Amino acid sequence: MTDRPHLAVIGAGPAGLAASLAAAARGIRVTLIDAGAMAGGQFYRGPAPGLGARRPQALHHQWRTGDRLARGLAGHVTAGTIEHLTDHHVWCVERQSDGFAVHALLGPEQERPVTVGVDAVLLATGGYEKVLPFPGWTLPGVVTAGGAQAMLKGSLVVPGRTAVVAGTGPLLLPVATGLAAAGVDVAALVESADPKALLRGTGDAKAFLERARALAAQPGKVAEGAQYAAQLVRHRVKVMARHTVVEAHGEERLDAVTVAALDGDGRVRPGTERRIPCDTLAVGHGMLPHTDLAESLGCRVDGLDVHVDEEQRTDVPGVWAAGETTGIGGSALSLAEGHIAGRSVAARLTGAEPDPREWAAVAKSRTRMREFFAALDTVYVPPAHWTEQVTDDTVVCRCEEVTGGEIRRAVGELGAGDVRTVKLLTRAGMGWCQGRMCEPAVAGLAGCAQTSARRLLARPVPLGVLARAEEDLAGAEEDLAGAVEDPDEPGGPGASEDD
Amino acid sequence: MNPLELVRAQPGPAFTVTLDGREIEALPGQSVAAALWTAGVTSWRSTRGAGRPRGVFCGIGVCFDCLVTVNDRPNQRACLVPVRPGDTIRTQEGTGHDD
Repeated sequence: MTDRPHLAVIGAGPAGLAASLAAAARGIRVTLIDAGAMAGGQFYRGPAPGLGARRPQALHHQWRTGDRLARGLAGHVTAGTIEHLTDHHVWCVERQSDGFAVHALLGPEQERPVTVGVDAVLLATGGYEKVLPFPGWTLPGVVTAGGAQAMLKGSLVVPGRTAVVAGTGPLLLPVATGLAAAGVDVAALVESADPKALLRGTGDAKAFLERARALAAQPGKVAEGAQYAAQLVRHRVKVMARHTVVEAHGEERLDAVTVAALDGDGRVRPGTERRIPCDTLAVGHGMLPHTDLAESLGCRVDGLDVHVDEEQRTDVPGVWAAGETTGIGGSALSLAEGHIAGRSVAARLTGAEPDPREWAAVAKSRTRMREFFAALDTVYVPPAHWTEQVTDDTVVCRCEEVTGGEIRRAVGELGAGDVRTVKLLTRAGMGWCQGRMCEPAVAGLAGCAQTSARRLLARPVPLGVLARAEEDLAGAEEDLAGAVEDPDEPGGPGASEDD
Repeated sequence: MNPLELVRAQPGPAFTVTLDGREIEALPGQSVAAALWTAGVTSWRSTRGAGRPRGVFCGIGVCFDCLVTVNDRPNQRACLVPVRPGDTIRTQEGTGHDD
Protein backbone atom coordinates (compact mmCIF):
# COMPACT_ATOMS: atom_id res chain seq x y z
CA MET A 1 0.00 0.00 0.00
CA THR A 2 2.65 2.50 1.00
CA ASP A 3 5.39 1.22 -1.24
CA ARG A 4 5.29 4.47 -3.17
CA PRO A 5 8.35 6.62 -2.57
CA HIS A 6 7.74 9.13 0.19
CA LEU A 7 8.86 12.77 -0.08
CA ALA A 8 8.78 15.38 2.65
CA VAL A 9 8.39 18.92 1.32
CA ILE A 10 9.33 21.44 3.99
CA GLY A 11 7.60 24.77 3.52
CA ALA A 12 4.22 25.45 1.88
CA GLY A 13 5.02 28.70 0.12
CA PRO A 14 5.17 29.06 -3.68
CA ALA A 15 8.13 26.66 -4.13
CA GLY A 16 6.85 24.00 -1.74
CA LEU A 17 3.35 24.07 -3.19
CA ALA A 18 4.54 23.83 -6.79
CA ALA A 19 6.91 21.00 -5.86
CA SER A 20 4.27 19.07 -3.91
CA LEU A 21 1.77 19.27 -6.74
CA ALA A 22 4.30 18.27 -9.40
CA ALA A 23 5.56 15.30 -7.39
CA ALA A 24 2.15 14.09 -6.19
CA ALA A 25 0.71 14.27 -9.71
CA ARG A 26 3.46 11.82 -10.74
CA GLY A 27 2.77 9.17 -8.13
CA ILE A 28 4.99 10.30 -5.27
CA ARG A 29 3.57 10.14 -1.74
CA VAL A 30 4.06 13.69 -0.45
CA THR A 31 4.01 14.95 3.11
CA LEU A 32 3.93 18.75 3.04
CA ILE A 33 5.18 20.10 6.36
CA ASP A 34 4.68 23.76 7.20
CA ALA A 35 4.76 26.08 10.20
CA GLY A 36 1.65 27.98 9.12
CA ALA A 37 -1.98 27.21 9.88
CA MET A 38 -2.73 27.56 6.17
CA ALA A 39 -0.68 26.86 3.07
CA GLY A 40 0.77 29.81 1.19
CA GLY A 41 3.89 30.84 3.04
CA GLN A 42 4.64 34.53 3.38
CA PHE A 43 3.81 35.45 -0.20
CA TYR A 44 0.32 33.90 -0.42
CA ARG A 45 -0.47 34.53 3.24
CA GLY A 46 -4.24 34.98 3.48
CA PRO A 47 -6.48 36.27 6.26
CA ALA A 48 -7.36 33.74 8.95
CA PRO A 49 -10.69 32.05 8.09
CA GLY A 50 -12.29 33.38 11.31
CA LEU A 51 -11.99 36.90 9.91
CA GLY A 52 -14.44 36.11 7.10
CA ALA A 53 -12.70 38.12 4.37
CA ARG A 54 -14.93 38.15 1.30
CA ARG A 55 -12.44 40.01 -0.87
CA PRO A 56 -8.99 38.84 0.28
CA GLN A 57 -7.54 39.57 -3.16
CA ALA A 58 -7.64 43.29 -2.28
CA LEU A 59 -4.39 42.72 -0.35
CA HIS A 60 -2.69 40.48 -2.90
CA HIS A 61 -0.96 40.98 -6.16
CA GLN A 62 -1.00 37.34 -7.26
CA TRP A 63 -4.16 36.09 -5.58
CA ARG A 64 -5.31 33.93 -8.50
CA THR A 65 -2.08 31.94 -8.67
CA GLY A 66 -2.18 31.37 -4.92
CA ASP A 67 -5.83 30.38 -5.06
CA ARG A 68 -5.13 27.92 -7.89
CA LEU A 69 -2.29 26.32 -5.91
CA ALA A 70 -4.47 26.10 -2.79
CA ARG A 71 -7.24 24.38 -4.74
CA GLY A 72 -4.70 21.99 -6.27
CA LEU A 73 -3.45 21.15 -2.81
CA ALA A 74 -6.99 20.62 -1.49
CA GLY A 75 -7.67 18.18 -4.34
CA HIS A 76 -4.59 16.15 -3.54
CA VAL A 77 -5.34 16.17 0.19
CA THR A 78 -8.85 14.87 -0.49
CA ALA A 79 -7.45 12.19 -2.81
CA GLY A 80 -4.91 11.20 -0.17
CA THR A 81 -1.94 11.90 -2.42
CA ILE A 82 -0.63 14.77 -0.27
CA GLU A 83 -0.70 14.88 3.50
CA HIS A 84 -0.53 18.50 4.68
CA LEU A 85 0.87 18.93 8.19
CA THR A 86 0.08 22.47 9.41
CA ASP A 87 1.55 24.17 12.51
CA HIS A 88 4.62 21.91 12.27
CA HIS A 89 7.85 23.77 12.99
CA VAL A 90 10.72 21.67 11.60
CA TRP A 91 13.87 21.99 13.70
CA CYS A 92 16.11 19.34 12.16
CA VAL A 93 16.29 16.89 9.27
CA GLU A 94 18.39 13.89 10.12
CA ARG A 95 20.10 11.60 7.61
CA GLN A 96 19.49 7.92 8.29
CA SER A 97 20.69 4.74 6.64
CA ASP A 98 17.47 4.32 4.63
CA GLY A 99 16.23 7.88 4.27
CA PHE A 100 15.58 10.89 6.46
CA ALA A 101 13.85 11.71 9.74
CA VAL A 102 12.14 15.11 9.77
CA HIS A 103 11.83 16.41 13.34
CA ALA A 104 9.17 19.03 14.06
CA LEU A 105 7.52 20.73 17.00
CA LEU A 106 3.76 21.09 17.01
CA GLY A 107 1.69 24.24 17.35
CA PRO A 108 2.56 27.78 18.34
CA GLU A 109 3.87 26.64 21.74
CA GLN A 110 6.34 24.37 19.90
CA GLU A 111 6.81 21.83 22.63
CA ARG A 112 5.23 18.58 21.44
CA PRO A 113 7.58 16.70 19.08
CA VAL A 114 6.62 14.91 15.87
CA THR A 115 8.92 12.91 13.58
CA VAL A 116 8.20 11.92 9.98
CA GLY A 117 10.30 9.28 8.24
CA VAL A 118 10.74 9.73 4.47
CA ASP A 119 12.81 8.60 1.50
CA ALA A 120 13.71 12.09 0.26
CA VAL A 121 13.46 15.72 1.34
CA LEU A 122 12.70 18.88 -0.58
CA LEU A 123 13.69 22.06 1.25
CA ALA A 124 11.44 25.02 0.42
CA THR A 125 12.09 27.03 3.55
CA GLY A 126 11.99 30.47 1.92
CA GLY A 127 13.59 33.56 3.38
CA TYR A 128 13.26 36.32 5.92
CA GLU A 129 13.93 40.00 5.95
CA LYS A 130 17.24 41.73 6.45
CA VAL A 131 17.19 44.97 8.45
CA LEU A 132 20.28 47.04 9.09
CA PRO A 133 20.40 48.95 12.39
CA PHE A 134 20.18 52.69 13.01
CA PRO A 135 19.54 54.68 16.20
CA GLY A 136 16.03 54.02 17.49
CA TRP A 137 15.32 50.91 15.42
CA THR A 138 14.29 48.92 18.52
CA LEU A 139 11.47 51.32 19.41
CA PRO A 140 7.95 49.87 19.35
CA GLY A 141 6.33 51.09 16.15
CA VAL A 142 9.42 50.19 14.09
CA VAL A 143 8.61 46.95 12.28
CA THR A 144 10.09 45.13 9.33
CA ALA A 145 8.43 45.93 6.01
CA GLY A 146 7.56 42.27 5.56
CA GLY A 147 6.28 42.09 9.13
CA ALA A 148 3.87 44.98 8.55
CA GLN A 149 2.67 43.17 5.43
CA ALA A 150 2.33 39.80 7.21
CA MET A 151 0.25 41.30 10.02
CA LEU A 152 -1.94 43.07 7.48
CA LYS A 153 -2.45 40.07 5.19
CA GLY A 154 -2.89 37.51 7.97
CA SER A 155 -4.69 39.35 10.74
CA LEU A 156 -6.03 42.45 8.93
CA VAL A 157 -4.36 44.86 11.33
CA VAL A 158 -2.06 47.87 10.97
CA PRO A 159 0.32 49.19 13.61
CA GLY A 160 -0.64 52.86 13.50
CA ARG A 161 -2.11 55.79 11.61
CA THR A 162 0.89 57.40 9.92
CA ALA A 163 3.70 55.32 8.45
CA VAL A 164 7.03 55.81 6.76
CA VAL A 165 8.17 52.87 4.61
CA ALA A 166 11.94 52.80 4.22
CA GLY A 167 15.03 50.83 3.29
CA THR A 168 15.67 49.33 -0.09
CA GLY A 169 14.23 46.71 -2.41
CA PRO A 170 11.15 45.86 -4.44
CA LEU A 171 9.24 44.68 -1.34
CA LEU A 172 8.83 48.29 -0.18
CA LEU A 173 6.40 49.00 -3.04
CA PRO A 174 3.64 46.48 -2.12
CA VAL A 175 4.14 47.30 1.56
CA ALA A 176 3.61 51.03 0.99
CA THR A 177 0.64 50.56 -1.34
CA GLY A 178 -0.87 47.85 0.90
CA LEU A 179 -0.71 50.02 4.02
CA ALA A 180 -2.13 52.98 2.08
CA ALA A 181 -5.02 50.89 0.73
CA ALA A 182 -5.73 49.72 4.29
CA GLY A 183 -6.21 53.32 5.43
CA VAL A 184 -2.76 54.15 6.80
CA ASP A 185 -1.42 57.59 5.88
CA VAL A 186 1.90 56.69 4.25
CA ALA A 187 3.92 59.88 4.74
CA ALA A 188 6.87 58.76 2.62
CA LEU A 189 8.48 55.85 0.80
CA VAL A 190 12.20 56.30 1.51
CA GLU A 191 14.32 54.20 -0.90
CA SER A 192 18.10 54.37 -0.59
CA ALA A 193 18.64 53.18 -4.15
CA ASP A 194 17.69 55.06 -7.26
CA PRO A 195 15.24 52.78 -9.10
CA LYS A 196 15.74 54.86 -12.25
CA ALA A 197 19.26 53.42 -12.35
CA LEU A 198 17.63 50.22 -13.56
CA LEU A 199 16.96 51.98 -16.84
CA ARG A 200 20.03 54.18 -16.95
CA GLY A 201 23.64 53.71 -17.86
CA THR A 202 25.01 53.95 -14.35
CA GLY A 203 27.71 51.53 -13.35
CA ASP A 204 29.83 49.92 -16.01
CA ALA A 205 28.53 49.35 -19.51
CA LYS A 206 28.42 45.58 -19.17
CA ALA A 207 26.27 45.75 -16.04
CA PHE A 208 23.94 48.16 -17.79
CA LEU A 209 23.57 45.92 -20.84
CA GLU A 210 22.85 42.91 -18.66
CA ARG A 211 20.24 44.88 -16.75
CA ALA A 212 18.61 46.11 -19.92
CA ARG A 213 18.44 42.59 -21.34
CA ALA A 214 17.03 41.12 -18.13
CA LEU A 215 14.37 43.82 -17.91
CA ALA A 216 13.39 43.52 -21.56
CA ALA A 217 12.79 39.79 -21.02
CA GLN A 218 10.33 40.55 -18.19
CA PRO A 219 7.69 42.93 -19.55
CA GLY A 220 5.24 41.63 -16.94
CA LYS A 221 7.54 42.66 -14.12
CA VAL A 222 8.09 46.10 -15.62
CA ALA A 223 4.30 46.52 -15.88
CA GLU A 224 3.96 45.45 -12.26
CA GLY A 225 6.38 48.19 -11.25
CA ALA A 226 4.33 50.70 -13.23
CA GLN A 227 1.16 49.58 -11.44
CA TYR A 228 2.75 50.19 -8.06
CA ALA A 229 3.97 53.60 -9.22
CA ALA A 230 0.40 54.50 -10.22
CA GLN A 231 -0.94 53.35 -6.84
CA LEU A 232 1.66 55.43 -5.01
CA VAL A 233 0.50 58.48 -6.96
CA ARG A 234 -3.15 57.67 -6.26
CA HIS A 235 -2.52 57.40 -2.52
CA ARG A 236 -0.33 60.54 -2.65
CA VAL A 237 2.67 58.73 -1.23
CA LYS A 238 5.79 60.89 -1.46
CA VAL A 239 8.64 58.84 -2.92
CA MET A 240 12.11 59.85 -1.73
CA ALA A 241 14.73 57.98 -3.79
CA ARG A 242 18.39 58.07 -2.72
CA HIS A 243 17.30 58.88 0.83
CA THR A 244 17.72 56.94 4.03
CA VAL A 245 16.37 56.93 7.57
CA VAL A 246 19.15 58.10 9.91
CA GLU A 247 17.25 57.93 13.19
CA ALA A 248 13.95 56.84 14.72
CA HIS A 249 12.74 59.04 17.59
CA GLY A 250 10.54 58.40 20.60
CA GLU A 251 10.63 57.43 24.26
CA GLU A 252 8.26 54.50 24.81
CA ARG A 253 7.28 54.29 21.15
CA LEU A 254 8.06 55.82 17.77
CA ASP A 255 6.89 59.39 17.17
CA ALA A 256 9.09 60.52 14.25
CA VAL A 257 11.94 59.59 11.96
CA THR A 258 14.75 61.69 10.53
CA VAL A 259 15.51 61.05 6.88
CA ALA A 260 18.38 62.44 4.83
CA ALA A 261 19.59 62.47 1.24
CA LEU A 262 22.47 60.26 0.10
CA ASP A 263 25.33 61.38 -2.08
CA GLY A 264 26.75 59.44 -5.02
CA ASP A 265 29.03 57.45 -2.70
CA GLY A 266 26.19 56.34 -0.44
CA ARG A 267 26.96 58.79 2.38
CA VAL A 268 24.43 61.01 4.11
CA ARG A 269 24.57 64.56 2.73
CA PRO A 270 25.07 66.86 5.72
CA GLY A 271 22.32 69.44 6.12
CA THR A 272 19.66 67.46 4.25
CA GLU A 273 18.15 65.88 7.38
CA ARG A 274 14.45 66.38 7.89
CA ARG A 275 12.07 65.07 10.51
CA ILE A 276 8.84 63.27 9.55
CA PRO A 277 6.27 62.68 12.31
CA CYS A 278 4.93 59.10 12.21
CA ASP A 279 3.88 56.32 14.60
CA THR A 280 5.02 53.50 12.30
CA LEU A 281 8.23 52.81 10.41
CA ALA A 282 8.19 49.75 8.14
CA VAL A 283 11.80 49.11 7.20
CA GLY A 284 13.71 46.46 5.25
CA HIS A 285 16.95 46.11 3.33
CA GLY A 286 16.30 42.99 1.26
CA MET A 287 15.87 39.32 2.03
CA LEU A 288 18.02 36.46 3.33
CA PRO A 289 17.51 32.73 2.64
CA HIS A 290 16.59 30.30 5.44
CA THR A 291 19.34 27.68 5.10
CA ASP A 292 19.56 26.09 8.57
CA LEU A 293 18.06 22.73 7.60
CA ALA A 294 20.28 22.46 4.52
CA GLU A 295 23.35 23.31 6.59
CA SER A 296 22.67 20.74 9.27
CA LEU A 297 22.23 18.16 6.49
CA GLY A 298 25.66 19.11 5.18
CA CYS A 299 24.44 20.60 1.90
CA ARG A 300 26.84 22.89 0.08
CA VAL A 301 25.97 26.55 0.60
CA ASP A 302 27.45 29.15 -1.76
CA GLY A 303 27.65 32.46 0.04
CA LEU A 304 24.21 32.57 1.64
CA ASP A 305 22.37 30.34 -0.86
CA VAL A 306 21.88 26.57 -0.91
CA HIS A 307 23.68 25.25 -3.99
CA VAL A 308 21.52 23.28 -6.44
CA ASP A 309 22.05 21.76 -9.88
CA GLU A 310 19.84 22.08 -12.96
CA GLU A 311 17.32 19.66 -11.41
CA GLN A 312 17.29 21.57 -8.09
CA ARG A 313 19.25 18.80 -6.36
CA THR A 314 21.59 19.76 -3.54
CA ASP A 315 24.91 17.94 -3.32
CA VAL A 316 23.49 15.63 -0.63
CA PRO A 317 21.81 12.61 -2.28
CA GLY A 318 18.07 12.57 -1.61
CA VAL A 319 17.86 16.28 -0.77
CA TRP A 320 16.36 18.79 -3.21
CA ALA A 321 15.92 22.54 -2.62
CA ALA A 322 13.76 25.14 -4.35
CA GLY A 323 12.67 28.74 -3.92
CA GLU A 324 14.35 31.46 -1.90
CA THR A 325 16.46 29.07 0.20
CA THR A 326 18.51 28.70 -3.00
CA GLY A 327 18.68 32.47 -3.55
CA ILE A 328 16.25 35.38 -3.25
CA GLY A 329 14.25 35.75 -6.44
CA GLY A 330 10.54 36.19 -5.81
CA SER A 331 7.47 34.02 -6.16
CA ALA A 332 7.49 33.32 -9.90
CA LEU A 333 11.04 31.97 -9.72
CA SER A 334 10.09 29.91 -6.67
CA LEU A 335 7.18 28.38 -8.56
CA ALA A 336 9.42 27.43 -11.49
CA GLU A 337 12.10 25.94 -9.24
CA GLY A 338 9.54 24.06 -7.17
CA HIS A 339 7.93 22.58 -10.26
CA ILE A 340 11.27 21.39 -11.68
CA ALA A 341 12.30 19.98 -8.30
CA GLY A 342 9.02 18.06 -7.96
CA ARG A 343 9.42 16.53 -11.42
CA SER A 344 13.03 15.59 -10.76
CA VAL A 345 12.05 13.93 -7.48
CA ALA A 346 9.24 12.02 -9.18
CA ALA A 347 11.63 10.58 -11.76
CA ARG A 348 14.59 9.91 -9.49
CA LEU A 349 12.60 8.25 -6.69
CA THR A 350 11.10 5.80 -9.17
CA GLY A 351 14.52 4.93 -10.58
CA ALA A 352 14.09 6.87 -13.81
CA GLU A 353 16.43 9.38 -15.40
CA PRO A 354 14.47 12.63 -15.75
CA ASP A 355 14.25 14.21 -19.19
CA PRO A 356 14.84 17.97 -18.80
CA ARG A 357 13.26 18.55 -22.21
CA GLU A 358 9.91 17.90 -20.54
CA TRP A 359 10.32 21.05 -18.46
CA ALA A 360 12.33 23.13 -20.93
CA ALA A 361 9.83 26.01 -20.95
CA VAL A 362 9.88 26.23 -17.15
CA ALA A 363 13.67 26.07 -17.09
CA LYS A 364 13.78 28.96 -19.57
CA SER A 365 11.48 30.99 -17.33
CA ARG A 366 13.72 30.11 -14.37
CA THR A 367 16.78 31.45 -16.21
CA ARG A 368 15.02 34.69 -17.15
CA MET A 369 13.77 35.26 -13.59
CA ARG A 370 17.23 34.65 -12.15
CA GLU A 371 18.70 37.19 -14.58
CA PHE A 372 15.98 39.67 -13.68
CA PHE A 373 16.67 39.41 -9.96
CA ALA A 374 20.41 39.59 -10.52
CA ALA A 375 19.74 42.87 -12.33
CA LEU A 376 17.61 44.17 -9.44
CA ASP A 377 20.37 43.21 -7.03
CA THR A 378 22.80 45.54 -8.77
CA VAL A 379 20.50 48.49 -8.07
CA TYR A 380 18.71 47.73 -4.78
CA VAL A 381 21.59 47.78 -2.34
CA PRO A 382 21.78 49.46 1.07
CA PRO A 383 23.76 52.72 1.23
CA ALA A 384 27.46 51.86 0.92
CA HIS A 385 28.33 53.65 4.18
CA TRP A 386 25.34 52.56 6.30
CA THR A 387 27.64 51.63 9.21
CA GLU A 388 28.35 55.36 9.71
CA GLN A 389 24.74 55.73 10.98
CA VAL A 390 25.29 53.07 13.65
CA THR A 391 26.30 55.16 16.67
CA ASP A 392 28.21 53.56 19.53
CA ASP A 393 25.06 53.44 21.68
CA THR A 394 22.86 51.95 18.93
CA VAL A 395 21.68 48.49 19.93
CA VAL A 396 22.79 46.13 17.15
CA CYS A 397 21.96 42.69 18.61
CA ARG A 398 18.33 43.16 19.64
CA CYS A 399 18.17 39.98 21.76
CA GLU A 400 21.31 40.43 23.84
CA GLU A 401 21.25 44.25 23.69
CA VAL A 402 24.81 44.50 22.35
CA THR A 403 25.65 47.99 21.07
CA GLY A 404 27.61 49.22 18.09
CA GLY A 405 30.30 50.48 20.46
CA GLU A 406 30.80 47.06 22.04
CA ILE A 407 31.09 45.44 18.61
CA ARG A 408 33.55 48.11 17.44
CA ARG A 409 35.68 47.50 20.54
CA ALA A 410 35.69 43.76 19.83
CA VAL A 411 36.82 44.48 16.28
CA GLY A 412 39.16 47.42 16.87
CA GLU A 413 40.76 46.63 20.25
CA LEU A 414 40.40 42.87 20.49
CA GLY A 415 41.01 42.09 16.84
CA ALA A 416 37.80 40.23 16.01
CA GLY A 417 37.62 39.93 12.24
CA ASP A 418 34.57 37.77 11.77
CA VAL A 419 31.02 37.33 13.06
CA ARG A 420 31.86 34.28 15.13
CA THR A 421 34.65 35.97 17.08
CA VAL A 422 32.50 39.07 17.68
CA LYS A 423 29.81 36.74 19.01
CA LEU A 424 32.18 35.03 21.43
CA LEU A 425 33.50 38.36 22.70
CA THR A 426 30.22 40.31 22.93
CA ARG A 427 27.29 37.81 22.88
CA ALA A 428 25.98 39.49 19.70
CA GLY A 429 23.99 36.78 17.91
CA MET A 430 23.72 34.50 20.93
CA GLY A 431 20.12 35.27 21.88
CA TRP A 432 16.69 33.94 20.98
CA CYS A 433 16.90 34.68 17.26
CA GLN A 434 20.36 33.09 17.02
CA GLY A 435 21.79 36.02 15.10
CA ARG A 436 19.25 36.02 12.30
CA MET A 437 18.46 39.69 12.89
CA CYS A 438 21.94 41.10 13.68
CA GLU A 439 24.26 38.98 11.52
CA PRO A 440 24.30 41.31 8.49
CA ALA A 441 25.02 44.27 10.77
CA VAL A 442 27.72 42.51 12.77
CA ALA A 443 29.39 41.38 9.55
CA GLY A 444 29.27 44.96 8.24
CA LEU A 445 30.76 46.41 11.44
CA ALA A 446 33.44 43.70 11.49
CA GLY A 447 34.25 44.47 7.86
CA CYS A 448 33.70 40.93 6.64
CA ALA A 449 31.24 39.32 4.26
CA GLN A 450 28.17 37.67 5.77
CA THR A 451 28.43 33.92 5.42
CA SER A 452 26.05 31.13 6.31
CA ALA A 453 25.77 30.78 10.07
CA ARG A 454 25.85 26.98 10.46
CA ARG A 455 23.15 26.76 13.10
CA LEU A 456 22.82 23.21 14.34
CA LEU A 457 19.10 23.52 15.06
CA ALA A 458 16.70 25.56 12.98
CA ARG A 459 14.74 26.82 15.99
CA PRO A 460 14.82 26.67 19.79
CA VAL A 461 14.00 23.15 20.98
CA PRO A 462 13.00 22.16 24.55
CA LEU A 463 15.76 20.07 26.13
CA GLY A 464 13.29 17.28 26.93
CA VAL A 465 12.48 17.00 23.23
CA LEU A 466 16.15 16.74 22.31
CA ALA A 467 16.66 14.02 24.90
CA ARG A 468 13.70 12.04 23.58
CA ALA A 469 14.47 12.56 19.88
CA GLU A 470 16.11 9.17 19.56
CA GLU A 471 13.06 7.33 20.83
CA ASP A 472 10.59 9.11 18.60
CA LEU A 473 11.72 7.90 15.21
CA ALA A 474 8.58 5.92 14.63
CA GLY A 475 7.81 7.73 11.39
CA ALA A 476 4.44 8.69 10.05
CA GLU A 477 2.35 5.55 9.77
CA GLU A 478 -0.34 6.82 7.54
CA ASP A 479 -1.80 4.34 5.06
CA LEU A 480 -2.56 6.16 1.87
CA ALA A 481 -5.08 4.43 -0.34
CA GLY A 482 -3.54 3.87 -3.76
CA ALA A 483 -1.89 6.48 -5.89
CA VAL A 484 -4.35 8.83 -7.49
CA GLU A 485 -2.76 10.47 -10.46
CA ASP A 486 -4.24 13.86 -11.18
CA PRO A 487 -4.39 14.18 -14.95
CA ASP A 488 -5.23 17.85 -14.80
CA GLU A 489 -2.15 18.81 -12.93
CA PRO A 490 -2.87 21.82 -10.82
CA GLY A 491 -0.45 24.57 -10.20
CA GLY A 492 1.91 24.09 -13.06
CA PRO A 493 4.82 26.44 -13.06
CA GLY A 494 4.40 30.11 -12.62
CA ALA A 495 4.67 30.99 -16.25
CA SER A 496 1.30 32.71 -16.04
CA GLU A 497 1.39 35.83 -13.97
CA ASP A 498 -2.17 36.59 -12.98
CA ASP A 499 -3.78 39.87 -12.08
CA MET B 1 -11.06 52.59 4.91
CA ASN B 2 -9.60 50.09 7.35
CA PRO B 3 -8.17 46.63 6.59
CA LEU B 4 -11.40 44.83 7.51
CA GLU B 5 -13.41 47.05 5.16
CA LEU B 6 -10.81 46.68 2.42
CA VAL B 7 -11.35 42.92 2.20
CA ARG B 8 -15.07 43.17 3.14
CA ALA B 9 -14.51 41.04 6.22
CA GLN B 10 -17.41 39.57 8.15
CA PRO B 11 -15.52 38.28 11.18
CA GLY B 12 -16.98 35.86 13.65
CA PRO B 13 -18.21 37.36 16.94
CA ALA B 14 -15.62 39.34 18.90
CA PHE B 15 -14.61 37.97 22.30
CA THR B 16 -12.87 39.27 25.39
CA VAL B 17 -9.35 38.64 26.63
CA THR B 18 -7.37 40.48 29.26
CA LEU B 19 -4.08 42.34 29.09
CA ASP B 20 -2.68 42.82 32.59
CA GLY B 21 -6.22 42.53 33.90
CA ARG B 22 -7.71 45.07 31.49
CA GLU B 23 -10.38 43.70 29.15
CA ILE B 24 -9.77 44.05 25.42
CA GLU B 25 -11.74 42.76 22.44
CA ALA B 26 -10.30 40.31 19.94
CA LEU B 27 -11.48 38.74 16.69
CA PRO B 28 -11.37 35.04 15.87
CA GLY B 29 -8.35 34.09 13.76
CA GLN B 30 -6.16 36.96 14.93
CA SER B 31 -2.81 36.47 16.60
CA VAL B 32 -2.23 37.78 20.10
CA ALA B 33 -0.10 40.54 18.56
CA ALA B 34 -2.90 41.54 16.20
CA ALA B 35 -5.39 41.76 19.06
CA LEU B 36 -2.98 43.97 20.99
CA TRP B 37 -2.38 46.23 17.97
CA THR B 38 -6.15 46.56 17.51
CA ALA B 39 -6.37 47.69 21.14
CA GLY B 40 -3.74 50.33 20.40
CA VAL B 41 -0.97 48.52 22.29
CA THR B 42 2.40 48.28 20.49
CA SER B 43 4.73 47.15 23.28
CA TRP B 44 4.29 44.37 25.82
CA ARG B 45 7.76 43.34 26.88
CA SER B 46 10.71 45.02 28.55
CA THR B 47 14.20 43.76 27.82
CA ARG B 48 16.35 41.88 30.32
CA GLY B 49 19.23 44.36 30.21
CA ALA B 50 18.10 47.95 29.79
CA GLY B 51 14.41 47.31 30.48
CA ARG B 52 13.44 48.88 27.15
CA PRO B 53 9.99 48.36 25.61
CA ARG B 54 9.55 45.95 22.69
CA GLY B 55 6.69 44.69 20.54
CA VAL B 56 6.31 43.22 17.05
CA PHE B 57 9.35 43.52 14.82
CA CYS B 58 9.56 40.76 12.18
CA GLY B 59 5.93 39.65 12.47
CA ILE B 60 6.71 36.12 11.22
CA GLY B 61 8.25 34.37 14.23
CA VAL B 62 11.94 34.88 13.41
CA CYS B 63 13.09 37.70 15.71
CA PHE B 64 11.53 36.79 19.11
CA ASP B 65 11.07 40.47 19.98
CA CYS B 66 7.32 40.13 20.59
CA LEU B 67 7.60 37.66 23.49
CA VAL B 68 4.65 37.79 25.89
CA THR B 69 3.12 35.77 28.71
CA VAL B 70 -0.10 34.04 27.68
CA ASN B 71 -2.09 32.04 30.25
CA ASP B 72 0.95 31.99 32.56
CA ARG B 73 3.30 30.66 29.87
CA PRO B 74 6.10 33.20 29.35
CA ASN B 75 8.12 33.74 26.15
CA GLN B 76 5.30 33.08 23.68
CA ARG B 77 5.73 34.77 20.31
CA ALA B 78 2.69 37.07 20.12
CA CYS B 79 2.88 37.16 16.31
CA LEU B 80 2.43 33.37 16.06
CA VAL B 81 0.08 32.46 18.91
CA PRO B 82 -3.63 32.67 17.97
CA VAL B 83 -5.70 34.64 20.46
CA ARG B 84 -8.46 32.59 22.12
CA PRO B 85 -11.53 33.59 24.16
CA GLY B 86 -10.66 34.17 27.80
CA ASP B 87 -6.90 34.38 27.28
CA THR B 88 -4.99 36.03 30.10
CA ILE B 89 -2.21 38.04 28.48
CA ARG B 90 0.48 39.66 30.60
CA THR B 91 3.26 42.01 29.67
CA GLN B 92 6.59 40.36 30.22
CA GLU B 93 9.48 41.77 32.25
CA GLY B 94 12.97 40.47 31.50
CA THR B 95 13.12 36.70 31.14
CA GLY B 96 9.45 36.31 32.04
CA HIS B 97 10.32 33.90 34.82
CA ASP B 98 10.74 36.41 37.62
CA ASP B 99 7.15 37.37 38.31
